[in-house]
Amino acid sequence: MTLDGNKHLLIPKHSKLNESDKKKLLEEYKINVFSLPKITSEDPAIVKFNAKVGDVIKIERDSKTAGTTSYYRVVVES
Amino acid sequence: MKAEHTKIINSYADKLPPLVLKTVEEEVPGNISASNLSKIMEGVIAAYKYAEVHPGESVGLVGAESIGEPGTQMTLNTFHLAGVAEVQVTTGLPRIIEVFDARKEIKTPMMEIYLKSPHNKNMEKVRKFAANIKEMKFEEFVSEYSLSIFDQTLKVVLNKGLLDDNALVAKDLIKLIKTKAKGFNLTSQNEEILFTHKGKTEEIKDLYAIKEKIKDVKVGGVKGLKQVLPVKRNEEYVVLTSGNNLKDVLALPEVDSNRTTSNDIYEIYKVLGIEAARQAIINEVYKVVESQGLNVNIRHIMLVADVMCASGVVKGVTRYGVVSEKASVLARASFETPLKHLFNAALEGEVDDLTSVVENVMINQPVPIGTGLPGLITKMK
Repeated sequence: MTLDGNKHLLIPKHSKLNESDKKKLLEEYKINVFSLPKITSEDPAIVKFNAKVGDVIKIERDSKTAGTTSYYRVVVES
Repeated sequence: MKAEHTKIINSYADKLPPLVLKTVEEEVPGNISASNLSKIMEGVIAAYKYAEVHPGESVGLVGAESIGEPGTQMTLNTFHLAGVAEVQVTTGLPRIIEVFDARKEIKTPMMEIYLKSPHNKNMEKVRKFAANIKEMKFEEFVSEYSLSIFDQTLKVVLNKGLLDDNALVAKDLIKLIKTKAKGFNLTSQNEEILFTHKGKTEEIKDLYAIKEKIKDVKVGGVKGLKQVLPVKRNEEYVVLTSGNNLKDVLALPEVDSNRTTSNDIYEIYKVLGIEAARQAIINEVYKVVESQGLNVNIRHIMLVADVMCASGVVKGVTRYGVVSEKASVLARASFETPLKHLFNAALEGEVDDLTSVVENVMINQPVPIGTGLPGLITKMK
């Protein structure tokens, strides 16, 4: 099923980080990539990225307390 | 002047969240000088730093208390309002428990179906759409069953008025129930369907069985939508349903697939993904808290939702969900079913690193919270 480019109100904007951004993120927080919260590779919101295990998905959420916040999830096998 | 302000304020974008910047921009007087504005921004940063949660703060415990205490004041049972044309929903504490436990079968599944622009203005059209998506089963069309023991036949008399309303004839229904009625010959005559055995069996039981079987055959509509109710919301009409089927409803051409939601977290997770599920948990819990006139800071609810969704699938706050993810055996054993956890840990030779709170309380060691968190590192020369 197609979701009209995932424009549903409940789904925040997802994007895939490229390698250099991913490295920068991991260095900033000094963590291993699998310490991030996870998202399954078959999640309906990211199937369009064709993401592989270990990729990092950036999520820009609308937040009631901060306006917008960035959240990161690492792709894992479902 | 104004543009200059915006530029100064935006230069703090990496230090302050967008909402704070926006508030400052709105509140600051228009004729303020650039140097004063910078001073204000420094003050805002100091205030923001002061308000931040400190490392080692036990946010989970504070969150649990903050949600738990108002929870004691919530209505324990759903109350029924006589004569109100709304779909009955679970509210109060049972609903919160349902959401936090991430139940797969919720008590009152419900959907809010929004329609696309040309379809949502006319009451009649919305009502027609609602009637179309309601699941209709074969039994609704039947006005009479008659079973003849002598002829070994089952005669089903259909309701003519209903058939006409839905522009159906008996032949259409036969097509639908054919696959369920193997071993029978189906013939129709006006509004009657006659079931006769193909072979020569004396078993009347088969006819009884087939009668029960065909009752559940779906004739029209969307599977699972038991009730539909068009209501006016602001300027448009929306359809409330009891029973849900988000996947099939979103695929309908008239439906606004960007706003239509369900109250079933698990279904949202399946159809829209983990982030949508997280948002749905927050929305659902906050809706209940608000409707009870209570005041729980949304940050606590966000924390619980984040924990439930951290592993990529929705996990309830139960011993099978987030608690089973804990690294420490002792922490898991201290929650529920301690013996099971201890036996399994012994069998597998599990090692407990004692890195978290509960296990350190159990063995009377300092807990890694607040001032107990930092360790000292000495540089050996």
